[in-house]
Amino acid sequence: MSMADAIARFVPDGSTVAMGTSLEPLIPFAAGHEMIRQERRDLELVGPISDALFDQLIGAGCVRRVTAAWVGNVSEGLGHCYRRACEEKVPRALEVHDHSNFSISLALWAAAWNVPSLPTRTLLGSDILHNNPGLVAAEGLVQVKAVRPDVAIVHVQRADEMGRAHAWGPLGVMEEAGLAADRVIVTCEELVDAKVTLSDPNRILVPETKVVAVVHEPGGAHPSPVQGFFKRDHEFYRDYAEQSRSVDGYQTWLKRWVLEVPDRATYLSLIDVDSLRISRHRLSEPVDYGDE
Amino acid sequence: MATNSYTPQELMVAVASREIKDGDLVFVGMRLPILAYAVARNGHAPTARGLFEVGLMRDQPAEAFLGTMGDPPNVAGALWATRMSNVMALMAQGRVDLGFIGGAEVDRFGNLNTSYVGPPERPKVKLPGSGGGADIAILSRRWVTLMSHERRRLVEKVSFITSPGYGDGTPSWRKRNGLLGGGPAAIITTLCVLRFPEDGGEAYLSSVHPGHTVEEVRAETGWDLKVTARLQDTAPPTESELSAIRRFDPEGFWTRSA
Repeated sequence: MSMADAIARFVPDGSTVAMGTSLEPLIPFAAGHEMIRQERRDLELVGPISDALFDQLIGAGCVRRVTAAWVGNVSEGLGHCYRRACEEKVPRALEVHDHSNFSISLALWAAAWNVPSLPTRTLLGSDILHNNPGLVAAEGLVQVKAVRPDVAIVHVQRADEMGRAHAWGPLGVMEEAGLAADRVIVTCEELVDAKVTLSDPNRILVPETKVVAVVHEPGGAHPSPVQGFFKRDHEFYRDYAEQSRSVDGYQTWLKRWVLEVPDRATYLSLIDVDSLRISRHRLSEPVDYGDE
Repeated sequence: MATNSYTPQELMVAVASREIKDGDLVFVGMRLPILAYAVARNGHAPTARGLFEVGLMRDQPAEAFLGTMGDPPNVAGALWATRMSNVMALMAQGRVDLGFIGGAEVDRFGNLNTSYVGPPERPKVKLPGSGGGADIAILSRRWVTLMSHERRRLVEKVSFITSPGYGDGTPSWRKRNGLLGGGPAAIITTLCVLRFPEDGGEAYLSSVHPGHTVEEVRAETGWDLKVTARLQDTAPPTESELSAIRRFDPEGFWTRSA
């Protein structure tokens, strides 16, 4: 399925969308940019930390609420669109449900296990408790209420057409996000035959029964890194941080990299992809699933 | 740069590295703490291990430059690549000996604010948020923060406690509120090191970095800072500490810019 079709069919206005669930790597930027092009509105974005992607969607006016532990630009610092939305309601007012990394994971596990909440000792003594109706302290524990995304979007190294996704490297909260969500969109570097994915079923990220779309989108995580495929494009993050300091600068950035770019292939033609491609490969040893 | 001179950041990294004991499991974080971990691991703490909330455990720090903890060189050669909740599980069990947390603002009781300057409903500055900071502050056995020493950062009382230190400073505040870990051990700044009494409470000036004075520190601190009777000069970085720092930050990205 094309990215445009996947977003049009499965991410309507008002959706609760989990993205950036593996923290700094594998961020589905291409999917986020397509949401901006399709002028999605009133989204609730869910994630642990967001390295620039949430900031971009907030600046484009797509977002009503953020439920996350951290929104900014990891190597550069503050998220300027996030600041403008919270401080000046520009381009619109934004509701923030603060979490920590641990508590957003628990909120997703609660939804994954279909319980109203899960108890934890984290966040005791933090004012985050007073700034999120989904966190309730009682009897020496914090109850973290379930957060159930309508859709989780994950970028992975490879997947087959049935939605069996292989991701490797640190996984952040990808698994609980996929289990918690009503549906999952998989975007991938390589679209592979089922015999590849099924040769290593331990590596399959989420149940294929949840996956509603598989989008073959090489480079779909740029500028975030993809283990074995792409390095992180630090300069791209720096340029975004610089340009998004002002509304005008952000709009210029948005036009150049999102609005006037019809698809990911065109986007990639504007950057020096080869300088980011990983060339020193480190293959794991195969495992033996022998059965008789 | 000659080895007998060093930047404030290099001194901070060396001081932070001395907080890591051999055998510690350290919740590392990014920027200066990752260098502190590298210095300790290649010096006095050769069996320390580092945890990263993205879902990684390492022994040796990555040799290549890292913009984030999730960069491919930090994954290659890892001892464990996993989901975040598994890493948090170790911290929830009290098995993380030391954590590092970045902060925009800290107060006299070691509480950190990385969320809101001004009222949350209409903030003057919206900061990025907790990330894993609150989790580290509450669950790790002890933690350290590093920051630039400015009056606007070291404040009497933070307007929002993202990551709790010793709360309102009353005795046993952490215990009474159910916080698992022991709280902040040190605030390492560009001018000095602040520490806390054994049982928590209010920060005091423990050592002043070479070239700076108590008066300067107090002038740049937003409350009436107590000074220990056993005040020392902060020991400058040793040659081996400096060479480790420069090996892991060869361009000075983290330690030689403002």
